[in-house]
Amino acid sequence: MTEHNSNTVIELKDITKTYTMGEMSLQVLKGVSVEIKAGEFVAIMGPSGSGKSTLMNILGMLDQPTSGEYFLDGVEVARMDQRQLARIRNRKIGFVFQNFNLLKRTSAMRQVELPLVYGGGKDRSKKAKAALEAVGLGHRLDHLPSELSGGQQQRVAIARALVNEPSMILADEPTGNLDSSSGKEIMQIFQRLNREEGITTIIVTHDPWIARHTGRVIMVRDGNIIADRLVADPLDATTAERPSEAEELEELFKEAYNRTDGVPAAFEKAEAPDTLEAEPASGD
Amino acid sequence: MNLIETLRVALTALSTNRLRALLTTLGIVIGIASVVSLTSLGGGVQNYVLSQFESLGLDILTVSSTRARGSSAIQPLNTADVEALTALGEAANIKAVAAVYSVQGTGVMGDSSVSVSVQGVTPNYGTVNDWKPLTGSFITQAQVNESARVAILGSTTVEDLFGDASYNPVGETILINGQVFTIVGTMEERTSTLGTTNETILVPISTAQTRLDNVHIAGKGYRVSQILVQVNDADTVDAVTDQVEGYFLRAHGIANINNADFSVTSATTALEALEQVIGVLTIFLSGIAAISLIVGGVGVMNIMLVSVSERTREIGLRKALGAQGSDILGQFLIESILLSLLGGFIGIVLSWLILQIAGQFLEDLVLSITASSALIATAVSSVIGILSGLYPASRAARMNPIQALRFE
Ligand SMILES: Nc1ncnc2c1ncn2[C@@H]1O[C@H](COP(=O)(O)OP(=O)(O)O)[C@@H](O)[C@H]1O
Ligand SMILES: [Mg+2]
Repeated sequence: MTEHNSNTVIELKDITKTYTMGEMSLQVLKGVSVEIKAGEFVAIMGPSGSGKSTLMNILGMLDQPTSGEYFLDGVEVARMDQRQLARIRNRKIGFVFQNFNLLKRTSAMRQVELPLVYGGGKDRSKKAKAALEAVGLGHRLDHLPSELSGGQQQRVAIARALVNEPSMILADEPTGNLDSSSGKEIMQIFQRLNREEGITTIIVTHDPWIARHTGRVIMVRDGNIIADRLVADPLDATTAERPSEAEELEELFKEAYNRTDGVPAAFEKAEAPDTLEAEPASGD
Repeated sequence: MNLIETLRVALTALSTNRLRALLTTLGIVIGIASVVSLTSLGGGVQNYVLSQFESLGLDILTVSSTRARGSSAIQPLNTADVEALTALGEAANIKAVAAVYSVQGTGVMGDSSVSVSVQGVTPNYGTVNDWKPLTGSFITQAQVNESARVAILGSTTVEDLFGDASYNPVGETILINGQVFTIVGTMEERTSTLGTTNETILVPISTAQTRLDNVHIAGKGYRVSQILVQVNDADTVDAVTDQVEGYFLRAHGIANINNADFSVTSATTALEALEQVIGVLTIFLSGIAAISLIVGGVGVMNIMLVSVSERTREIGLRKALGAQGSDILGQFLIESILLSLLGGFIGIVLSWLILQIAGQFLEDLVLSITASSALIATAVSSVIGILSGLYPASRAARMNPIQALRFE
């Protein structure tokens, strides 16, 4: 860690967000204050509906807070006009969505070129190609989203997020829709970008094992930060092995079949008990 | 982003959703095709009616005697008038002057007889009326000079006398008012009859004036019933009318045209009445065209509104990636302009095809696309297309990116 990395990039002071729908109003963020330094890798965790996405959208300047101050690189976001916000979204921030948000019927290359189109840069196809190669999709340049797996689509979205060489990547449940091996590939990419390029990275995740790959975990509940800790010994996505699914399932079944009558609770009302009785016997 | 960049984005967006682009274009195509082909059909009908009317002789003035207001004395038209008008000639835009003297007569052929108007005519009467003999030949100057007892029969009269319109009676003789005439020809049948009739017998004008009647006027030759003045060009009808009126006012010593004992009429007078009718027809057709334009416009508007709303998420994503509001508006503006132009082009081609097919059934009509209708239709549907595309696009462009991304 160099001294450059100790600079604060993000500073939130008492951020609130209230959604009003007609008569009803719902306060989703209730005064969030946090500081994030350049080069940090942060995981935001918390139950569903606790306000994680709302917070990420505010961080990514996709939405405005109801009150509070947000300083990005020392500049207050509320003072920026639409043009400046669009420029920052284009240049400084790479946003990765849980549902990928790729354009339909558009090739991987074109998806990744999009931020360059709005940024006005040169050598678009070269940069787009390099970004896709960086996420291991150098051989899928002309593929449409419908021709790619979920993990590959998310990697296209990551290439799109990093093609403009942003100083920070915001990813809202990037592995939420993916199987665990795709999730692991995504985490490898994020770790590499964070370590090698020094890109400040913030991800939202439900998965404690994913969170253990980051350097800091912020817990959100009911619109408040309830915990903010450093990760003692972050996992390395290239080497770390998640406890296998088979092992986890075995544990689950063991619990289920260890019940006194030997029939899993879910199967109690089944109509053909004969075959079900045979199963545990052979399974043992 | 510059224009070329925006154009490229718009083209890419259009080509990635060809079906949607096609449907949008279709709305414009239908609107434009219906307007253009309707107005062209209307124009074709209009021109057809006018041209039919022109074939009746828009280039002919008819001078006849009328009873003058407040005066009982009518100065009849006469040979001297015919000569004077003929003398005005080319310099006065007069191409030819023909004269007619008609008497009521009875033609007898064996057992059959007809009562018809026997028209004494000058040799140029046929060409002035664009009326040709079917058999034999028309009245000649020589026959006029010697007041020959020769007759030409109209097609109805041939049928009435011989029981067969195709019978050729040339060389036979006929009794007209008791005098023996030799038949020297028959006239072709006139379909549009203005001032001519198929139920007639034509004789040399002098024969009618001296042998069938006696209408000598001292110092002025003979009386005539009608003088036909053929002008050089239909556009000069009004000017020649003034000249002819001027001549007769002087010759008859009348100061005020309202007291004239003659009248100069032309098909133009009737044409003016017809043009009023056609004007109403045009308004009616324009109304239909306007309705179809509105229908087409509503179609374009619907598709634009739906397709842009459907793309609110796309707009949200583009904004999240750094698109400015103006980039979004530019893209949608160019998309709708391109679609409108494409739709306009296809619509005009389609209406051309429709007119070609219609032309097969309506052979008499000359159907061509008028530039103004094509232009107006394209302009109106483009404006509708662009406005209805821009409205939802600008709404989406003003949203938070996340609002647009969440749009259902
Ligand atoms: N645009 C919105 N309008 C109204 N309520 C919203 C909107 N977005 C989110 N919410 C509500 O705010 C709460 C927090 O949502 P979110 O930030 O998406 O939670 P998380 O990402 O932690 O699951 C939820 O109860 C959700 O229903
Ligand atoms: Mg969420």
